[in-house]
Amino acid sequence: MNNKRSKLVINKVGEDISPMALRAMYVTMLRIRKAEEKIADLLQPDPEIKCPVHLYIGQEAVAAGVCANLHTDDYVFSTHRSHGHYIAKGGAMKELMAELYGRATGCSRGRGGSMHLASVDVGLPGSSAIVAGTIPIAVGAALAFSLQRRDTVSVVFFGDGAVNEGIWYESLNLAALKKLPVVFVCENNLYSTHMPIVTCLSDINIAKKAEIFNMPGIQIDGNNVVEVFLAAKGAIERARSGTGPTLIECLTYRWRGHVGRDYDLDKGLRSKEELDYWMGRCPIKKLEKFLLDRSIMSESEKNQIHNNIEKEIEEAIVFAKESPYPDESKLLSNVFKS
Amino acid sequence: MRKISFSQAINEALHQILEKDNRVILIGQGVTSPWYVGSTTVGLISRFGPERVIDTPVSENGTTGVAIGAALAGMHPILVFPRMDFMYYALDQIANHAANWHYMFGGQLSVPLTIWTIINRGGEQAAQHSQALQAIFTHIPGLKVVIPSTPYDAKGLLVASIEDDNPVVYVDDRWLYPLIGEVPEELDSVPIGKGVIRREGKDVTVIATSYLVPEAMEAAENLEKGNINIEVVDLRSLKPLDEELLFESVKKTGRVVIADGGWKTCGIAAEISALIVEKSFKYLKTAIRRVSLPDTPAPASSALERIYYPRAKDITSAVKQALEV
Repeated sequence: MNNKRSKLVINKVGEDISPMALRAMYVTMLRIRKAEEKIADLLQPDPEIKCPVHLYIGQEAVAAGVCANLHTDDYVFSTHRSHGHYIAKGGAMKELMAELYGRATGCSRGRGGSMHLASVDVGLPGSSAIVAGTIPIAVGAALAFSLQRRDTVSVVFFGDGAVNEGIWYESLNLAALKKLPVVFVCENNLYSTHMPIVTCLSDINIAKKAEIFNMPGIQIDGNNVVEVFLAAKGAIERARSGTGPTLIECLTYRWRGHVGRDYDLDKGLRSKEELDYWMGRCPIKKLEKFLLDRSIMSESEKNQIHNNIEKEIEEAIVFAKESPYPDESKLLSNVFKS
Repeated sequence: MRKISFSQAINEALHQILEKDNRVILIGQGVTSPWYVGSTTVGLISRFGPERVIDTPVSENGTTGVAIGAALAGMHPILVFPRMDFMYYALDQIANHAANWHYMFGGQLSVPLTIWTIINRGGEQAAQHSQALQAIFTHIPGLKVVIPSTPYDAKGLLVASIEDDNPVVYVDDRWLYPLIGEVPEELDSVPIGKGVIRREGKDVTVIATSYLVPEAMEAAENLEKGNINIEVVDLRSLKPLDEELLFESVKKTGRVVIADGGWKTCGIAAEISALIVEKSFKYLKTAIRRVSLPDTPAPASSALERIYYPRAKDITSAVKQALEV
């Protein structure tokens, strides 16, 4: 990534981005990180969480930077790797944990599990575990907003793997054709499950593909939350003003393997050097240092934030464990809305 | 009551519901074409404009996802497949997304989407423009499936589908388009999940769907000449299914023929047959007979089409078999 450009962006604090907003994004990223590290612990050795879990650790800046620009009634659509988007959009920690524990109090009432999170009140109307599945759905929500003359926008997160799906092309074309208020956020973490991106895409520049739809496409450092925030801000303003969709490619990396708590090193899927390089580019540490250096946050405030988040997560897990499982008599309920 | 054709009934329903409810949009291939969907969309584009009558590029899966997203955001879209065969492209969005959304998120969200799909058999269109796939969609939890056979129900079930809060697959058949019948002028709905007895009889129950309902009525006329009196049950809804109506009729006649224009294996007739055996076995006097498509793709040549598609004569002979006469 272009470090010079990243630095320049950071220097615009106070103009394009307030210190308060920066602090809020730090808190969001940390909530995601700490929740997921806790979840990873709960996956072994005798797993308390039994549903398949796809961890977002390492990619937090993307969800935090994008969602910081959104209103409650804007929509976000997510994927199988949905915890980060859920937390960043404002989903409740307790309901997240309860869902992972398969409880009736979960955000999807124990019917969805980790891959199918929703939080209706905060504008997360669903996540799909079918790669690229929510991309056209986000376009459709944008179509509705446009017909309803609302100034709300629709944002869809997806991985680099989704770019291999035909429906990705169909959706971006339809959105550009109708100039719909939607933002496509590609989290390019370099791997599509076990396959490196170079074995999947004939041209790995994803942002460039926007050109074929006459749509702006930008490639940014997805580990720099300020850069993500500003790129998303521009794209969301563009969508809100009726100018049309944007594709943002965020270069990032998931620290853990495709699924579960492992790092996928033992399986020979990627190298220790590569993982170390990306762990050295931790999006949270980067912002934390900046906030401390600029006295936007003091050391004691930092400790307080950490403590509060740890407490929130512990309470959420207690809530989950004390919650009832879904009633067996409700197995067949809610197939149809009556 | 005044009489109009099956296709006019659909057209009238669309005009009236688009007028009444601004959440309704029509989206899909050919909706602004005067011929693509058999004149059923005539006048809509000039009256409601391209914002609500959206002709789309050939992106079936993407367009289906768009309709689902619009439904999640408060609209009641009608998504059109001018050939049922094209739905295969959209199976992911229909089965993985629309059908699961309500259950998968614990009943908090729903997809009020009408998937209007047209069977276009005959006319030497061959294997990829003739398919009747109602069984596939009836198999999937979370989808309702309706299949009208009269102009009255063509209008009423379309209205009911659009007003429903769930994804409803509305299956019609171009062979029915010229059929004339009574249709109320007002915007009236026919309840989803209710079958109807088209003709009462005592000897054999013929359970039919779509174009095989009028074929069954023709068979009934012919059989009556030989003093055979059949009861014709029009299913109208495949899911939910009006089981009680079927069982009552089976109880009365004890002999059953099921006529559905899809393939035989794992088809609608197979499912209905299994249900009757499970729940009304004691009333059966003889084996159930199925009238359906052979397990063969649709041929092009009209010489083969003639014997491929079941007609009244096939129902007649199945009834005779059931009576062992």
